[in-house]
Amino acid sequence: MRHYVIAGVLVIVLAVATYAGLMAIHLMPVEASAQSIPIDHLWNIEIAIISFLFALIMVPLIYSLIVFRRRKGDTSDGEHIEGNNTLEITWTVIPLIVVLILAYIGTYTLGDVLAVDPNALEINVTARQWAWSFTYPEGFTAKELHLLVNQPVVLDMQSVDVIHSFWVPQFRIKQDVLPGRITTERITPILIGNYTVTCAQLCGTGHTYMTAPVIVSTQADYDTWIQAQVAAATVAAQTPIGRGQQLVAQNGCASCHSIDGSSTGIAPTWKGLYQSQVKLSGGTNVAPGTVVIANEAYLIESIVNPSAKIVNGFQDNVMPKSFGTTLTQSQISDIVAYIETLK
Amino acid sequence: MKKFFTSALMRGLFWQLIGWIVGALFVTGVRVLMGLNPFVTGQYFFTEPAWVFGGLVGAISYVASTGAMTDWFKWAKGEEVPEHREDPPGWEKYLNVSLDHKVIGVQYTVTALFLLCVGGLFALIFRTELAHSGLQFLTLQEYNTFMSLHGIVMIVGILLGVAGLMNYLVPMLIGAQDMAFPRLNAFSYWVAPPAAVLLLSTLLFGGFDTGWTGYPPLSERAPLGMQMFFLGVAVAGWASILGGLNLLASVLRMRAKGMTPFRMPIFVWAAIATSLISTTATQLIGLSFQMVMFQRLFGMGFFDSEKGGNPILFQHLFWFYSHPAVYVFVLPGLGIISELMPVFARKPLFGYRFVAMSSLGIALVGFLVWAHHMFVSGMNPYLRIPFMFSTLLVAVPTGVKFFSWVSTLWKGKIEAPTPMLFVIGGVVVFLLGGLSGPPNATVATDLHLQNTYWIVGHFHDTMFGGYIFPFFAAIYYWFPKVTGRRMNEALGKIHFWLMMPSFLTLTLLMMRVGLLGMRRRVADYDPALGFDNYHLIMTIAAYLIAISILIFLYNLIVSVTHGEVATGNVWNSRSPEWQVPSPMPVHNYDQPFEVIGEPYDYGLPGSVYIKFEDKKSKGH
Repeated sequence: MRHYVIAGVLVIVLAVATYAGLMAIHLMPVEASAQSIPIDHLWNIEIAIISFLFALIMVPLIYSLIVFRRRKGDTSDGEHIEGNNTLEITWTVIPLIVVLILAYIGTYTLGDVLAVDPNALEINVTARQWAWSFTYPEGFTAKELHLLVNQPVVLDMQSVDVIHSFWVPQFRIKQDVLPGRITTERITPILIGNYTVTCAQLCGTGHTYMTAPVIVSTQADYDTWIQAQVAAATVAAQTPIGRGQQLVAQNGCASCHSIDGSSTGIAPTWKGLYQSQVKLSGGTNVAPGTVVIANEAYLIESIVNPSAKIVNGFQDNVMPKSFGTTLTQSQISDIVAYIETLK
Repeated sequence: MKKFFTSALMRGLFWQLIGWIVGALFVTGVRVLMGLNPFVTGQYFFTEPAWVFGGLVGAISYVASTGAMTDWFKWAKGEEVPEHREDPPGWEKYLNVSLDHKVIGVQYTVTALFLLCVGGLFALIFRTELAHSGLQFLTLQEYNTFMSLHGIVMIVGILLGVAGLMNYLVPMLIGAQDMAFPRLNAFSYWVAPPAAVLLLSTLLFGGFDTGWTGYPPLSERAPLGMQMFFLGVAVAGWASILGGLNLLASVLRMRAKGMTPFRMPIFVWAAIATSLISTTATQLIGLSFQMVMFQRLFGMGFFDSEKGGNPILFQHLFWFYSHPAVYVFVLPGLGIISELMPVFARKPLFGYRFVAMSSLGIALVGFLVWAHHMFVSGMNPYLRIPFMFSTLLVAVPTGVKFFSWVSTLWKGKIEAPTPMLFVIGGVVVFLLGGLSGPPNATVATDLHLQNTYWIVGHFHDTMFGGYIFPFFAAIYYWFPKVTGRRMNEALGKIHFWLMMPSFLTLTLLMMRVGLLGMRRRVADYDPALGFDNYHLIMTIAAYLIAISILIFLYNLIVSVTHGEVATGNVWNSRSPEWQVPSPMPVHNYDQPFEVIGEPYDYGLPGSVYIKFEDKKSKGH
């Protein structure tokens, strides 16, 4: 009997200590969306259950190892206890009830998280290898996601190539982004600040760097930014170079090709590329070591068929091969016109 | 040395290479006749269909050249073959086709250890890369390839290790001379080496950057290595399916007299549950990968939305195997824990029937939970709720096991030599893996946890606690049965006390960074997240684990020839295999035995489990 009392007390002590300890070290990032609050509430319930079960198993385990260890010279066996049906049924039925309750709570939490707000602002999200772009109701496209604090948004997301996944840890919710189908994610940002959206579904070599800034701001800051974007888009759309720059932003080219001469290690920089000599390591029908001039034809070929000529020091199969079909010819020449300006 | 190079293992490698080239040339010839482009300029010379068909022919050539199918050919021709084929003495039998389940068990186990070490090495390579933010010495493609290969090589390694345990132990535990189908058993093993070659050959074909999950459309675009991965998995799958079938037949038909279902050693129950899964679910992973393979080869559109396909369908097919697969890994491990714990606690296994039924319960519920891997995939949002309920149900039979283990220890007389240390370590690590499960099962919290390092930590805890720790326990425990010698106890303890804290540090920190926003399968992370120190500690912990494994390997190899001689009942066990001398005789039991008592009646004076039928036998 003494053993049961001591172990019972220790279970309670360890359970409380585990729960308090896990709460004290702040397991989760800040709550920046309305959806993160019910999620964290459910999480805390789970941590409480976990702490208790952890103690319930660990205490008798370690207690037995210490108290019921074999003493020197003792060659006898332990007590012959084959089992106890009442106990077995107890620890089958009680956990069953607990998990059913947990699943029930979980169902309601999911309902809270998915709740639809009819006033939500609709933003289109396009994911591609390896960049995000966001098209706002005002009609322009940007590489940043700007959100207004306390304004519910619904993200209509689609991928142009492989499966990606939209995740801002501070918002908690994750949603895969599929080719050929729109998936949605509903968020109400509640905390002003700068965050990062990452791709959480392995999408190829550039997966690691598939991130974009998320800015949650006040009404004034938000309006200023929107107006500036609308004005810039109107001006840019009037010249090929401006359109090219917009297309580069929409297609996420600059996440691999730097425009300032810095090295991303993934793809060659565009600064000073036009009319420069490029040494090749190979490619379709090209001998290693060939040197070519990066003229307009070369730039177009490299966009449409990236495997044709591989620049020395970079790898094949990194750049998506789909731009020949997703971009029109005039769009490609706009992009080339823009690249030609980067001297 | 000559015997080594003429062994079935090496002969197979040679013929696999020949078969590969012949198969590739065949397809190239057909392409010439059809007027298609026969070669591709650039890296790989042959076209993709040629390499894939060559890979298949190579794998078949490997198996055929070892002689694993020779008896079947002879039967087909109407020739007589001997019932038993005696193995030559010495080490050569381990490198050649043997029909003895014990030899095959050792072959599986050694191959598994080799693959687990290779997979671990891959992990060390990319763990080193992660020690600091920024890219150190790997390219992104190399990182993804090593990460993907780590996954699949470990999985195949564990599957072979499971087969090793079941092959070696189950016939001995049920009192049989061998498995029901010894030739099928040998065949099942000999498909594994060519599968391993195919998987590792991905490194030569540009690797693959999709992870072991190989989701399309990404896997449609990956380099040629992807196809070798698909082929390797499909070939390895045969070992699993046929091995499981063989085991079920053996347990159903070949038990000793008096061994009723509830008098079987508990590991046999775990082996049944595992085999039920592996014979019925493995097909699905082969199928899903084959469909992507055909998309690449023939332009089919199963998962291609532009052709009317659905990428989510792949995930359903894939996880329908790949979730139950984790129970294929852990159920035998949990069986080892239940099998060894009574021996070292000197007490009966608490609630034997409930523990046995919990294995079957886990196996059956395990078939109904696959979509919990897809809570953020974009599948029907309301379908997630039934899968949340079914997933949480897994906690119930798993809980029964934990409670029963703890009750087995309670009021025992516990000894803790190395095997018992690994049993206890397995329970603790698996507990952490189990407790980190329910938050993934409830959809709302999983929206945050999915695809983060939290999952990585959770998964590694279940795999190590559920399989790797018990696997080590089993090796330390049955090593004397295989060799007649013991492994060094001091080195074993060092292995444990180095590995256990390092592993806990590693996985708990994985969970920590995962919750704070660390995605899985990334080669780099933003230094602003402040994870550099955590990752450095994790990398150090990984190296400490590697050192402990080196100590284990040294101990294992040296003990084969220099270990302390141990031919008797080393652990004072009641199990039948310990009632005969070690190493185990060629045909297991010279006299058949009859089961006359309960398997784990420790502490009951005068009770016996088995009685040999011949009066002059060694008795109990």
